[in-house]
Amino acid sequence: MTPVDGHLALTAPPPEEHVRLEKTWSDPKGVWGFLTAVDPQAIGKRYIVTGLVFLVLGGLLAAAMRAQLSRPESGLIDPDRYNQIFSMHGTTMMFLFAVPIMEAMSLYLTPLMVGSRTMAFPRLNALSYWVYLAGGILIWVAFAMDVGPETGWFSYVPLSGPQFSPGKRTDIWAQMVTFTEVAALAAAVSTATTILKMRAPGMTLGRMPLFSWSTLVTAFMVIFAMPAVMLSTTFLISDRLIGTHFYNYAEGGQTLLWQHLFWFFGHPEVYIIFLPALGFVSEITSTFCRRPVFGYPVMVLALVATGFLAFGLWVHHMFATGLPHLGNSFYTAASMTIAIPSGVQIFCWIATMWDGKPRFPTPMLFVVGFIVTFVLGGLTGVMLASVPLDTQVHDTYFVVAHFHYVLIGGAVFPLLGAIHYWYPKAVGRMLNETAGKVSFWLIFAGFHVAFFPMHIMGLWGMPRRIYTYPEGMGWDGLNLVSSLGAYVLAAGFAVYFLNLIVSARRGQPAGANPWGGGGLEWATTSPPPSYNFGFTPVVEGREPLWKVKDKLPVMTGLSADHREVLLTSVVDATPEAREGSPEPSIWPLVTAVALTFVFLGSIFNEWFLVWGIPPLVLAILGWFWPRPSHARKTGAKREQAPPGALA
Amino acid sequence: MIRTVAIVLAALALCACSGFQTMLDPAGDQARDIDVVWKTMLVVCGVMYVLVLGFLAWALWRARGAGRLAPDPITGETPADPQLRRSLTGWTALIAAGLVVLTTVSFLVDRSLAEAGPGPLKIKVTGNQWWWLIEYEGDLPSENVLTANELHLPAGRPAVIELRANDVIHSFWVPNLSGKEDLIPGRINYIAVTPRRIGDFRGQCAEFCGLQHAKMAFDVRVDTQKDFEAWMRRQTTSAANPTDARAVTGKQVFNSKACVMCHRIQGTDAGGTTGPDLTHLKSRRHIAAGTLPNDRGSLQAWIADPQGIKPGTKMPRVPLSADELNAVVAYLETLK
Repeated sequence: MTPVDGHLALTAPPPEEHVRLEKTWSDPKGVWGFLTAVDPQAIGKRYIVTGLVFLVLGGLLAAAMRAQLSRPESGLIDPDRYNQIFSMHGTTMMFLFAVPIMEAMSLYLTPLMVGSRTMAFPRLNALSYWVYLAGGILIWVAFAMDVGPETGWFSYVPLSGPQFSPGKRTDIWAQMVTFTEVAALAAAVSTATTILKMRAPGMTLGRMPLFSWSTLVTAFMVIFAMPAVMLSTTFLISDRLIGTHFYNYAEGGQTLLWQHLFWFFGHPEVYIIFLPALGFVSEITSTFCRRPVFGYPVMVLALVATGFLAFGLWVHHMFATGLPHLGNSFYTAASMTIAIPSGVQIFCWIATMWDGKPRFPTPMLFVVGFIVTFVLGGLTGVMLASVPLDTQVHDTYFVVAHFHYVLIGGAVFPLLGAIHYWYPKAVGRMLNETAGKVSFWLIFAGFHVAFFPMHIMGLWGMPRRIYTYPEGMGWDGLNLVSSLGAYVLAAGFAVYFLNLIVSARRGQPAGANPWGGGGLEWATTSPPPSYNFGFTPVVEGREPLWKVKDKLPVMTGLSADHREVLLTSVVDATPEAREGSPEPSIWPLVTAVALTFVFLGSIFNEWFLVWGIPPLVLAILGWFWPRPSHARKTGAKREQAPPGALA
Repeated sequence: MIRTVAIVLAALALCACSGFQTMLDPAGDQARDIDVVWKTMLVVCGVMYVLVLGFLAWALWRARGAGRLAPDPITGETPADPQLRRSLTGWTALIAAGLVVLTTVSFLVDRSLAEAGPGPLKIKVTGNQWWWLIEYEGDLPSENVLTANELHLPAGRPAVIELRANDVIHSFWVPNLSGKEDLIPGRINYIAVTPRRIGDFRGQCAEFCGLQHAKMAFDVRVDTQKDFEAWMRRQTTSAANPTDARAVTGKQVFNSKACVMCHRIQGTDAGGTTGPDLTHLKSRRHIAAGTLPNDRGSLQAWIADPQGIKPGTKMPRVPLSADELNAVVAYLETLK
């Protein structure tokens, strides 16, 4: 088969340079290589695959719930199992699928999009993945052993406190949250640093791809939001394990403190999932409409504004808790305000299509599906911002419909489009278009049949999180329709995943730039070499590849014989320094194992917090232990090790 | 597809005759006010959605066949750009104006909900896993009413309901009358309702509260002031002594078994307070917090195997012989 287009990689080095760079930058082969890998592409890919596995698991739970709810008084699943299932569904989708996969996409794409050889902290990326994997395995093994969480992904106290949730179920949940948040923080720090300090020369902030802007804002949101949830789950676990009273009102604690801390994280969380998706939409729209996204500065401002506003909305999850009315009104106004940046972005994408020359392969279909679905979800979000209306529809299926519209419509549709769009880059082969279109239509139709009726169920009084409902409430028919839609949706996902698997072997080989995109990631081969770019590209506009015909301006001067990256200034991306980048290492994995030992042990005995520290300290010492410079190891002329080569 | 449509239509028809737990059929001042917000929202958001879809459809229509083969990208300013920029400004202004309208409506209605109106009836509702304790304060202590899982309200008179919780967070919600308000341990919340229409409604716990959150409902009866007062008077009376021989036996069984540890029957030795008060059990429409209709078969089934009907309920299975079970049910049926 011939490649999709004749585009050659614009940054390919001469063959003997390629050999030297491969020798320098490749992770070792085999199992050891897998365990010690630090290449962001390798970590990103396995992160994405793991995230998709959790999507499938979470989806199976949803299918089970839809089976139970398809008719009234169904005895298919007992209440205890059902409560575990819906708790696991929310927990898996939020903590193990949505946030990690968005982080993973940015780990994979960031160095390619900003034109860098690697990321700022490759070993930290590796640690992030291992910790995330440990957290995911922990909670799913627990669930399989009937100690899955039972108090919802929100785990309100006192229901999740020591008195009403005895046993280890909630402890395991709380520690799993800690795992995933550590992972998210590590990835966010790495992403933000890479974007700010490692952009290709000439890629000023004003020329940065919109996806990088959205991940930059997201990374900062992660850094500010995640500590709140780690604090709240740590308080919870210490209330449960060592008898503190942070949430115990009888001893001066505060029941509502949990909700404030949780939603202070929980609302930004949805934007942490959603903003990268907006980045996907911008990249896809721009490529397939053959023009830059309309209103770049406005788009950037909208992303930043959303990032700030997201922290001022959390109380709209608490309108029924009896907080002062005047205070609530501020949160109403803030929640509604977020419709402005969202509305502006929607306009800009449609304007790009209106004024461009769009074609509609699968990724673009997902973008159109995104607009149709997300806008509806956004509008029901405006409804939920109103205190009086929220007191009616809060905690009903109306809310379930709303957030599935914004999360599936607003984040998963763009994600599926993005995977279809960047798959050739990562795998080197195209996905099958026919299968892609079939999967889109099944997913789109199935989604709306499954979730639109939930709006009506909510208006007709059906509360959330109920394992069954009596006959004669008027909910039977709608629930059945919704369940049927859910299975169509599942069929769509099956086609999509099958396409991913089959095309990896059988897909048409992809050239460097199969879609004719304008970003730097299309300037290197598909899949990219371990060193990403043979020469550092020099950027002269927002879509660097659209500015040039066959020759991209590049810069030389980075060593081919040891791992060296270029640091540039934050605003103008003028070259500042050459910096060492770490070699593959087993220590991130060892550190993750030591950390798992502390977190897991502390669920059963608080002394693990003491015993667990020495191994953790040893692991970190190993990680940072100074070692002979690359030059000495290879017997070359003695040379100063590049600064910063340890991290 | 036809089947789907048929099912939706059937469901719509069903709803029309079962409007006892829906916000779309307001039967009180608060629900009516919220309904105004809902309708305003529906119109404003509906118009905005149509505008977005219209613009999208126009864009797709304009673009038909435009980019079969990837043409050269457009990199400079296009002729349409100034026009689009003006439209963007207009669009942003339109969104902002819409939001101002919605925020204002929302704020005004929220203020009206906070005010109960003069001379309100005072009721205390306490949430328990998984049932509702309902108390009315009379003028004299002897006129206090203690009941469970069935709220009676007079039409036209505002009621202020004090909300507390004994264990975990619950949420009080009667969509036909008003929005919901949480019952939070360690806090006291209030909700005002002013029912207008006489009839039977249903409320349900709306905050996840554990294993049997799904089966924590309650009935609401809105009566005329006169009927309400009659109900109140009946509720203050003690349980009558049973006369039927089987019911007499039943009373003995009730008082000698575990039943008495949790349930109160005014005028007898039964004084437990951890379960619902049973003094006027048969005056209620349902048992076990809306789980079963209040008839003989259900009472028998419930007492014989509460864990089978509502797994996890705090009511244990009390071992009773068939005769004892029948006797207890006969006794309970005298509690009118």
